Amino acid sequence: MSEVLSEGSEGKDSKVFKGLTASEGIVAGKVFLLERERVMIPRLVLHEEHVGREVERFKDALEEAKKELVEIKERVSSTEARESMFIINAHLMMLEDEMLAGATVERIQNERINAEWAFRRVLDGLAQIFNNMQDEYLRERGRDINAVGEKVLRKMVGQEEFQIREIKEPVIVVAHDLSPDETAQMSLQNIIGFATDVGSRTSHTAIVARSLQIPAVVGLQRITQEASPGDWLILDGTTGQVVVNPSSDACKELQKKKGRLEYVNQELKKYVNLQSESADGFRVRLAANIEMLEEIRHLKLYGAEGVGLYRTEYLYLDKQELPDEEAHFQNYRKLIEAASPHGATIRTIDLGGDKFVHPLHLAEEMNPAMGLRAIRFCLKSPEIFRAQLRGILRASAFGRARVMFPMVSVIEEIRSAKRLLQEAAEELDKEQVPYDHQIEIGIMIEVPSASLMAAELAQEVDFFSIGTNDLIQYILAIDRVNEYVSYLYEPLNPAVLRVIRHVVQGAHQAGIEVHMCGEMASEPLYLPVLIGLGLDELSMPAIAIPRIRKILREVKRSEAEALTEEIFNMVSADKIRGVIEEAARTQWPEAYSLEFTDKTLPVPDFYCPYDNKSDIEAGR
Amino acid sequence: MPVKEFSRKVVITNRLGLHARAAGKLRNLAERFPCKIELIRGNLTANAKSLLGLMALEAGKGTELIVRAKGKQAEDAVKALTDLVKGRFGEDN
Repeated sequence: MSEVLSEGSEGKDSKVFKGLTASEGIVAGKVFLLERERVMIPRLVLHEEHVGREVERFKDALEEAKKELVEIKERVSSTEARESMFIINAHLMMLEDEMLAGATVERIQNERINAEWAFRRVLDGLAQIFNNMQDEYLRERGRDINAVGEKVLRKMVGQEEFQIREIKEPVIVVAHDLSPDETAQMSLQNIIGFATDVGSRTSHTAIVARSLQIPAVVGLQRITQEASPGDWLILDGTTGQVVVNPSSDACKELQKKKGRLEYVNQELKKYVNLQSESADGFRVRLAANIEMLEEIRHLKLYGAEGVGLYRTEYLYLDKQELPDEEAHFQNYRKLIEAASPHGATIRTIDLGGDKFVHPLHLAEEMNPAMGLRAIRFCLKSPEIFRAQLRGILRASAFGRARVMFPMVSVIEEIRSAKRLLQEAAEELDKEQVPYDHQIEIGIMIEVPSASLMAAELAQEVDFFSIGTNDLIQYILAIDRVNEYVSYLYEPLNPAVLRVIRHVVQGAHQAGIEVHMCGEMASEPLYLPVLIGLGLDELSMPAIAIPRIRKILREVKRSEAEALTEEIFNMVSADKIRGVIEEAARTQWPEAYSLEFTDKTLPVPDFYCPYDNKSDIEAGR
Repeated sequence: MPVKEFSRKVVITNRLGLHARAAGKLRNLAERFPCKIELIRGNLTANAKSLLGLMALEAGKGTELIVRAKGKQAEDAVKALTDLVKGRFGEDN
């Protein structure tokens, strides 16, 4: 994935890597490489009389390591608690394990060798057992054993674990991956970015980075091998790009981008607390799509009017166990309380398809996007579904909750799902557990058959939410991840627009609201059309809300309706796009000032790998 | 009086098998009994009080194990451990 660009700072080769964005922001700084080097140990044969002392020394080191882990356990914050606790507890158990502790003592006594040597031999023996395992997950545990082992060895040889507590200057931490006990030990004030070889948006590093608002890119594959301590690094958390030893050009470019980003963000701050209404006074609610609980502070930060889509899949992914009812309840309760007074739309699990399912291990399917997923899966697994429904109902006693079923294609699915919800409610009645008896029930409209039957399905539910990502790919019969056909993916395709209009009309005739929660809802250019079509709520990543609100406030609904009328006479998406762009430039220049601005933007203070700025200015 | 020994066969039925979490639960339960408890898979034997030993059995779903205990409360221990395995370690599937 790397490519050599040009000569970078200090004459070193500049390399570019692409990973997954885990936390937004752009930053440049020196590399702090977190390596788990093997500790150098002495090898000694002991006199008989020193054996007892050596065993004691080993036990002391074990105790010290345990004490440290217990301390870390106490420091781990509650957001990451469940998974982190498990790892730390497993590490504690390993320290007490006879195969680790007992076996080492035996070796010290029988072979009369020093504690470090005996322990290293035991560790190597265990590593061999685990490395040869078939099961990938268990093989990974071999790494845990090593991490724990190195910790004890460091205690014995008196070597500090990481120098990371004493970081004096701002650095970007580069690591293979970071475990909870590692991040808990870092002095975070001086860390300005994270770059890791492995991981996803839900891995520990990503979660920590986002909660600290530090830019992070994960899944870079080989960054620990390509970056050396002291190298310069630019990290772009908005695109997932990481540049090692950037050239001055690359640095300048990023600097400009950062400047633009900061300027835009400053501008958009003005819109966080303003009303979501068109220039002629019509309300369109702007809500947030939320994936994980830690994002709920974004609701206030970006002025979201509640949560329009809470994706509950993250309760299931990367976990070794399915969440129980209590886990669902606790999670949704926090969400609903934070989303007050607008409330939150909780989508029941939408697993399968393109989403990686670990704990549920669905059978492999030829065409997962059209396979057993979402509501189809839930109706087939009523026990899993029931735990979630009961959790949602119980949480509804603490604020305004809406429940939403994904990927409905026929009316029977709605009825079955409602029946299961009703059963869960009756159970709670019997148990005298409170819940909101008026809880609203909605469905996602993302399958063509459901779209065409919108008027009839609207009789069954309280609201619709159009999931454009799937709807578009099903209407056009394309696999979005297939690079040969992805060009056909086009939200402005006239067939797509007609389907949306049909859904809105069916819903409004029945007197229910229509929301939109796909990517289409956050694209500035599409907003006039969405206003013109009459959507009641647009739900998007919270960060996009101020920008959409700015445009909404500049556009009159009457103008938007006229534009929408005009494009419904057209048959080509390109033509439609052209007309909207033209309108954006000429009719609403103020609304789109940030999109089309050509202003030279101020250059911000940017930490750059050149000691004096004249180097950059001279283009060196 | 000879020390009483009990053993019982049990099949792993939870989806993930004897992974770290399940092994941790088993080990914590075994710790509560004063007797020696072993899990046997073919020619591999693991001390039930050793997390690493249990994981090293690599006992996936469908694996047949023998739970064997010797000493005080051996019968109770065998029952408790086999119940935990049969109850899929409290996992949902």
